[in-house]
Amino acid sequence: MKFVDEFRDGALAKKLASRIAQSVRADRDYAFMEFCGGHTHAISRYGVEDLLPANVRMVHGPGCPVCVLPVGRIDTAIRLARDPRVTLCTYGDLMRVPGSNGTSLMKAKAEGADIRMVYSTLDALRIAEAEPGREVVFFAIGFETTTPPTAIAIKLAGKKGLTNFTVFCNHVLTPSAIQNILESPDVRDLGTVRIDGFVGPAHVSTVIGTEPYAFFAEEFEKPVVIAGFEPLDVLQAVAMLVDQVNEGRHEVENEYTRAVTPEGNEVAKAEVAEVFELRRSFEWRGLGEVPYSALKLKAKYADFDAEARFDLEYIPADDNPACDCGAILRGVKEPADCKLFGTVCTPETPMGSCMVSSEGACAAHWTYGRFRAASRVKRAS
Amino acid sequence: MNRPEKPFRRKLDIRNGRVDLSHGAGGRAMAQLVADLFVAAFDNEMLSAGNDQAAFDVSEGRMVMTTDGYVVSPLFFPGGDIGSLAVHGTINDVAMAGARPLYLSASFIIEEGFLLSDLAQIVGSMAAAARDAGVAIVTGDTKVVERGKADGVFISTTGIGVVPEGLSLSADAARPGDKVLLSGTIGDHGIAVMSKRENLTFETEILSDSAALHGLVADMVAAGGPCLRLMRDPTRGGLAATLNEVAASSGVGFRLEESAIPVRPQVHAACEFLGLDPLYVANEGKLVAVVAPDHAEAVLAAMQGHPLGRDAALIGEVVADDNRFVQLTTAFGGGRIVDWLSGDQLPRIC
Repeated sequence: MKFVDEFRDGALAKKLASRIAQSVRADRDYAFMEFCGGHTHAISRYGVEDLLPANVRMVHGPGCPVCVLPVGRIDTAIRLARDPRVTLCTYGDLMRVPGSNGTSLMKAKAEGADIRMVYSTLDALRIAEAEPGREVVFFAIGFETTTPPTAIAIKLAGKKGLTNFTVFCNHVLTPSAIQNILESPDVRDLGTVRIDGFVGPAHVSTVIGTEPYAFFAEEFEKPVVIAGFEPLDVLQAVAMLVDQVNEGRHEVENEYTRAVTPEGNEVAKAEVAEVFELRRSFEWRGLGEVPYSALKLKAKYADFDAEARFDLEYIPADDNPACDCGAILRGVKEPADCKLFGTVCTPETPMGSCMVSSEGACAAHWTYGRFRAASRVKRAS
Repeated sequence: MNRPEKPFRRKLDIRNGRVDLSHGAGGRAMAQLVADLFVAAFDNEMLSAGNDQAAFDVSEGRMVMTTDGYVVSPLFFPGGDIGSLAVHGTINDVAMAGARPLYLSASFIIEEGFLLSDLAQIVGSMAAAARDAGVAIVTGDTKVVERGKADGVFISTTGIGVVPEGLSLSADAARPGDKVLLSGTIGDHGIAVMSKRENLTFETEILSDSAALHGLVADMVAAGGPCLRLMRDPTRGGLAATLNEVAASSGVGFRLEESAIPVRPQVHAACEFLGLDPLYVANEGKLVAVVAPDHAEAVLAAMQGHPLGRDAALIGEVVADDNRFVQLTTAFGGGRIVDWLSGDQLPRIC
């Protein structure tokens, strides 16, 4: 397939893998965090790890919007959905995310809550138009990629004069999360993992561009390579990171030039800026409270803000104490280090958010990669 | 001389009519629906006899029986509809035992208000599919439920067939070293149906692969005989679910080559667009077979000689594995598991 197959070419992959193997220094190892769940998914699905030298380790980061949504926000969405006036519209991945006390949106739906799975913000708008007697709430989550469609839906609802459409906004921002991984009070509790550089998010950067990472690369002296989600993109990014580390550089480089520019998508950014403003603080699952890391609706769009209309009170809730999602999202632990992994926590019965979304580190490791651990055990025995 | 009274005063208004509760109430209206639509379309002596059961002779060999419910949405999709699907699906479940399908039953649960014209189209499509396959629909049932208690129409079909002497296919029969054959491209049905879902509409030229596979199976049985270990049609859950089921039943693993698995470029493109993996997408006219290694080439050649197996390929082999993993060597050169699906495959958020 044009524009896809070129980035999954096995022969090219071998050449690139061999170049990386020649570039790496034998006297050191390399640890790179892929921030984005899309990269985690690609690495696992295409077996990219099998092509990397033993001294290059990929560390899975927190870049899956489903995984970083805290339990309290899921609980709030469930409370909202149980309001008999409300139709809650949500992306399918969120249905199985565990809330407190074994609840989830899927269970609330089975108990009678009006929850509809949608594929876009416009689906939710259509439901609001078709059913004027219902209070239709769109459960908005995601990084910078999914924020512009939410902004556009809100503006469209205003133009159409829809009074029964609101958004429960949980949009979060990438750069502040990346920064938080290296520098936050939680680092003292959870420890930190050595990271020599970051594979930066592709889709997010098509919107915000490469510029927002410049301060980060400079301040923390960590190279960032923005990369696409195809397996060759990831390998190429690793090659570029290895080069930067070897040469002592810490720059923002763009591997994904076919879609990402330094300044990003100005139109999308303008739409977002018109509708949203920064939240002072937002709780992330696994990262705790992260200052200025999320968005809320501006006062002039308060009519479309579900938090205002339904007077939603945020009640923080604890994760399952045995669940290591927090440490896994920071790369401090690997999925198999968690006591729950593969025992009580599997994609069928997820205890933690990393197991829920297909882009979560635990789900990716369980679904695609657990044969490696089995092979290691076999070899050892 | 008095002319005999017509059984029904007015003709069934298929063009403009709708199914109402009287069509399921057991009275004259139901009798007319059954007579004018189902019996007329399926047209065979056993059904016309009007009994609550069908009596037929049993030939030599082992009988197989299977049943399945069809609740597809939308009811009409490129390349088929729920009617032909209900016939093909059950014929294929019979055929996967290596059997020759003989008879089907059909049970309808219809929602009040359903258009008679749509029902007639579905029933006509069932009749054509059964006729083409040389299988008779010999008994059935009709229920009408109140509006809102069903999604248009649900169909259940039961099939009976006969397995030739000496053939015993079973999901627990795969052995390390056996070869895995696939009859053609995967994912066509699932993508054809998805392309017409209300909230997911996209343009594609992909038609469902819905088809009755017993003819292909007969050719494979002729070529492989007892060296065929098992056959499965990878429907819901796709090739991935089917091979995981077999791995669990046989206590073995699979090692597949991604580049050997045929996928149409359009299906590949749609899967990319939606963030889906074709290995998990449903098929309705494909089969996967596990064959003893020394007969794999002969069976593959027989498959490729049949119109429904033209794109057949050898996609991997059975391996010894206590973990019963289905492993795949990706076209990229890495390795991965092809695990069971957890819930539905969902399009990606970003």
